[in-house]
Amino acid sequence: MNKFHQGRSTSQVMATACFALIPGAFAQIYFQGWGVLINLVICASTAITAEAIILKVRKKPVRETLCDFSALLTGLLIALALPPLLPWWMSIIGCSFAIIIAKQLYGGLGFNPFNPAMVGYVLLLISFPIEMTAWLPAKSIALEVASLTESIQLIFTGYTTSGMDVNSYRLIADGFTMATPLDESKTALATGLMSSEIMAQADFQSNLTGWFWINCAFLIGGLSLMLLRIIHWHIPVSLLVSIWLTSTLLSLYDSDLFLPSTTLLFSGATMLGAFFIATDPVSASTTFKGRLIYGASIGLLIVIIRTFGGYPDGVAFAVLLLNIAAPTIDHYTKPRVYGSETN
Amino acid sequence: MSTTNQYKDLFKQGIWDNNTALVQLLGLCPLLAVTGTLINGLGLGIATTFVLVGSNVTVSIIRAHIPKEIRIPIFVMLIASFVTNVQLLMNAFTYELYLILGIFIPLIVTNCAIIGRAEAFASKNSVGPSFVDGLAQGLGFTLVLMVLGGLRELVGQGTILDGAHLIFGETARSWTSHFYLADQKFLFAVLPPGAFIGLGLLIALKNWYQNKP
Repeated sequence: MNKFHQGRSTSQVMATACFALIPGAFAQIYFQGWGVLINLVICASTAITAEAIILKVRKKPVRETLCDFSALLTGLLIALALPPLLPWWMSIIGCSFAIIIAKQLYGGLGFNPFNPAMVGYVLLLISFPIEMTAWLPAKSIALEVASLTESIQLIFTGYTTSGMDVNSYRLIADGFTMATPLDESKTALATGLMSSEIMAQADFQSNLTGWFWINCAFLIGGLSLMLLRIIHWHIPVSLLVSIWLTSTLLSLYDSDLFLPSTTLLFSGATMLGAFFIATDPVSASTTFKGRLIYGASIGLLIVIIRTFGGYPDGVAFAVLLLNIAAPTIDHYTKPRVYGSETN
Repeated sequence: MSTTNQYKDLFKQGIWDNNTALVQLLGLCPLLAVTGTLINGLGLGIATTFVLVGSNVTVSIIRAHIPKEIRIPIFVMLIASFVTNVQLLMNAFTYELYLILGIFIPLIVTNCAIIGRAEAFASKNSVGPSFVDGLAQGLGFTLVLMVLGGLRELVGQGTILDGAHLIFGETARSWTSHFYLADQKFLFAVLPPGAFIGLGLLIALKNWYQNKP
């Protein structure tokens, strides 16, 4: 076998994907605080424990299956999608649901029609909308920054020993809370501010910068996955181009009402979604043309949900909707076998 | 087969072997929509059982006079008149529950479980067995509604028998037991997706229990 056609085992693919999350995870810990690290630990251990238990119940080999690292990857992805100071039991509910219901009840790795990590995330998002949108402002503008001990106390008890709760860490210098740039701009646009006015606010800019670097870090991890040929270029590229194109068209139509395309490309879960979530080999489309359609549709839906929908970010919903469509897309883009009749 | 044995068998069919919700998978629309709490489930279950028994008995009585070609419209009209009765009765005696169940009371007409029993059983059997069949099928349906409603209530808002006074009067207000104090409801269980997954798990549980060696 030559260098470019080495067969990779599932565990190699999954483990490489886990490693590629490291830059993004570090950036997120840096800008969002220690809570992210604690979430990573809680989610990874829950996902692995849930997988072990359900495999035992299904009488499948536990150790061999756990070594494919797919449960670990699901746990890590959920953790990176969660707000940093989410109560611990919510993270546990999300991860167990993802592994037990969304993955193993459908037959385990390779049989799940939906991306398990996104099912777990959406379950939490629709069940606990307030906690699930309680993101922290960037450290540079935050009034208080939670230390590691305080983060642990907040996640496990809801209060620090000095009596502070999660909301007191969401305040910025002037006493207002700050959500993610996407959430913030959506609210501001609804109150009649123009896109340029929102972008001109200093606090908004500092917050946006944090998310910009987080997205850059995920982009680096994603590009290295692409160079290592763990993922194909089709889905991430078509997804990002589609986001860029749709948001540019909207800005051209009216630059006051819609956010500029760079903001949409480098905030929220765009890069994490494009490289790590939409590219899930099980639930994504598998044909060449199919992957392009799949990625582009996710990008389009992300912009539509972010701009016109009720939720601040739309990556999870867009991915799940296209997961449903993936088998149909594959059916209509199946390459014709050479010599066979056209249909 | 003696009559008692036949009745016993009908009950076993209705509640377990051929359960409307868990085996025939009929009447799922109201089942999924109103099982937010145990009491809501019980309320709709009783209403459905009443209609089922009424339509089964009536169809069985007049079965010799129904022209085969137009039997479905006749069944539907009979069922609709019983549903109207139920609706007026609930409006009069359990007004709050009537408001909660809302459109799903008139929609009992479209519950295929009822027309299914009229077509498959009542139009071929005498009054006695038809009455027992309606009662058994209704009981089976009510039980599933109650279990699913109870589960969703417990997971979603941490209570059991919330709103018991809607059916059993003011004395029942204290029946509600709180298992955990929810600051915020677990909305997934309260919303329709929770009903879909809850019903799926109940069916899985039944199949697992039946296939157990």
